Amino acid sequence: MEEKIKARIMDSRKIRRSILRMTTEIIERNRNLKNLVIVGIRTRGIYLGKRISKLIKELEKIEIPVGVLDITLYRDDFSELEAQHMVKKTEINFSVAKKDVLLVDDVLFTGRTIRAAMDSLIDLGRPKTIQLLVLIDRGHRELPIRADYVGKFLPTSKREIVQVKLKEIDSEDEVLITEPPGIK
Amino acid sequence: MKSSLLSRLELNRRRDLAFKHKHLLGIQGLTSSEIVSVLDTAESFYEVSTREVKKVPTLRGKTIINLFYEPSTRTRSSFELAAKRLSADIVNFNKQTSSVIKGESFKDTILNLEAMNPDAIIIRHSASGIPYFATTFCQHRIINAGDGSHEHPTQALLDAFTIRQEKKNFKDLKVIIVGDIIHSRVARSNIFLLNKMGAKVVLVGPPALLPVEFKNFGVEIDFNLDRAIQGADVVMMLRIQLERQAANFFPSIREYRNLYSLTEKRFRKAKKNAIIMHPGPINRGVEISTDMADSAKSVILKQVENGIAVRMAVLYLLLGGKKREAID
Repeated sequence: MEEKIKARIMDSRKIRRSILRMTTEIIERNRNLKNLVIVGIRTRGIYLGKRISKLIKELEKIEIPVGVLDITLYRDDFSELEAQHMVKKTEINFSVAKKDVLLVDDVLFTGRTIRAAMDSLIDLGRPKTIQLLVLIDRGHRELPIRADYVGKFLPTSKREIVQVKLKEIDSEDEVLITEPPGIK
Repeated sequence: MKSSLLSRLELNRRRDLAFKHKHLLGIQGLTSSEIVSVLDTAESFYEVSTREVKKVPTLRGKTIINLFYEPSTRTRSSFELAAKRLSADIVNFNKQTSSVIKGESFKDTILNLEAMNPDAIIIRHSASGIPYFATTFCQHRIINAGDGSHEHPTQALLDAFTIRQEKKNFKDLKVIIVGDIIHSRVARSNIFLLNKMGAKVVLVGPPALLPVEFKNFGVEIDFNLDRAIQGADVVMMLRIQLERQAANFFPSIREYRNLYSLTEKRFRKAKKNAIIMHPGPINRGVEISTDMADSAKSVILKQVENGIAVRMAVLYLLLGGKKREAID
C-alpha cells in the first residue's frame, strides 16, 4: 500500500531554521530557563525535543532535561480501535512538579493527542505551566487547544496525511503531504 | 497518531504485534511471540505502579468481575489492583457470601453475572477446565485465574517476567520446579511457557507427586533434589497443597522436608547467581526454609510486585479494541 506524495513542504534546512527560530522564542519567553523541562511525545516529539535541548545548551549553556511520554494509555478512542496499540514506556526521570514543561510533538491536528499528553503529565505531578511546541500545525482542531510555538502553519484537507520525517529514525529530515490510496 | 487515517495505517502495520485472543484460558494456547508481547507490555505498565498517581484512565468504563471459588490472597488482590490502576470497575465475588451456598450452579451463576453486562470475568475454580466451559455459553471475555490442577496462566507470565528481569534470556536456562507437581497448575503453566521460550525444565519431587508421564511434556524428571539442583539458574519451589490431600502422597512432612526442602546447604549446589522463586503461599519450614525464603537470592516478593504489571498487561490486551471473535 503506497501513499501518493503530493508535496514536499520542508527540507532539512527549513526544519533546522524553524527549530532554531522556535528555540529563540522559547528562550525569550522563559525568563527562568532553569525551571524548564522538555517532554517529547512518542515518537518524533522526542527527537525534536532533544534537538531543542541541544540548541538551548549551545545558546545559553543551560542543560534542559528531556523526557519521553507515551500517551497510549490516555487515548480517548481506546474502545474504537480495531486492535490495541503497543504500549511503550513513559520515561521521565525528573519531577515535573512546579516545572515549566515544554510539550513537544511533530504535528498538531485534532488536539486529542495533546489532551491525552496533558492528562498524563498532570498525573505525574503538578507542573507550574505547560507550553506546547509543534513543528507543523495542520488545523482541523476538535478540542480548544493551540500551540505556543509553531514551526509552520499548514492548511490541509482531512484526507491528507502530514508526515514528518526526522533523520534520527527516518534517515532524512523532511515534511511531506501524502494521500492514502483508496482508503474508505 | 496524527490522524485517524494514519493511526489506521499504523495499526495495519502493527497488527502482527497484537494479541488476538478473546480469552486467556492457559499458556498452552499462546505462541512464544504472544508471550513476549505480554511481557513487553507489562514492562510499560510496571512504570505506572511507580508513579505518585498510580492510575491511568485506559479502561475507564469497563467492568470486570472477580469470580473466586477458591481462597486467594495474591491473585485476587493483584487482579483487583491491576484493574483499579487501569481505572476499570471491579466487583469481587466470594463463594462464601454468594448464592452458591444456597445451591446455585456454576452455569447459573455465570449467566446471572453475565446479565449484568460485565466486560470480563476472572475465574478461579477448583475444577480443571471450568474457564473453558464458561466460554462455551458466555459471550464475555474469560480470564483463567487458576483452574484445578490445569493452568494458572497469569502466574506463569509473572514468573516469566521475573525470570526475564533477572536473567534477560530464557535460552539455555536450567529451571527446576520442585515439589507437588501433580496437583500444581502453576507447574503446568510454567512448563508450557518455559518450553515455548526455550528454557530447560527439570521437575523434581517424590515419585507419588511426580508421575513419569510428565516426560511427555518434553521435560526431564528427577526424584533427587540434591542431584537436580546442580547447575540450576532458577529454583522454583511449589507449595505442598495440604488442602488437596497432598500429605497422603508421602509418608510424613518430616520425610518430605528431609528430601525436598530448599535449605541453604542444598541451594549452594545451584549456580552462583541462581534465584529462588515460589508462587506463594509458602509453608515455611516445609518446602522452603525460612532463611532461604527471606534470603537475598529470593525473588518471591518481586514476583508478587510484578504480578500487578503482568495482569495490567493482560487486561489491557484482552479488553482493548473492538469486540473480537474468539480465536481460542
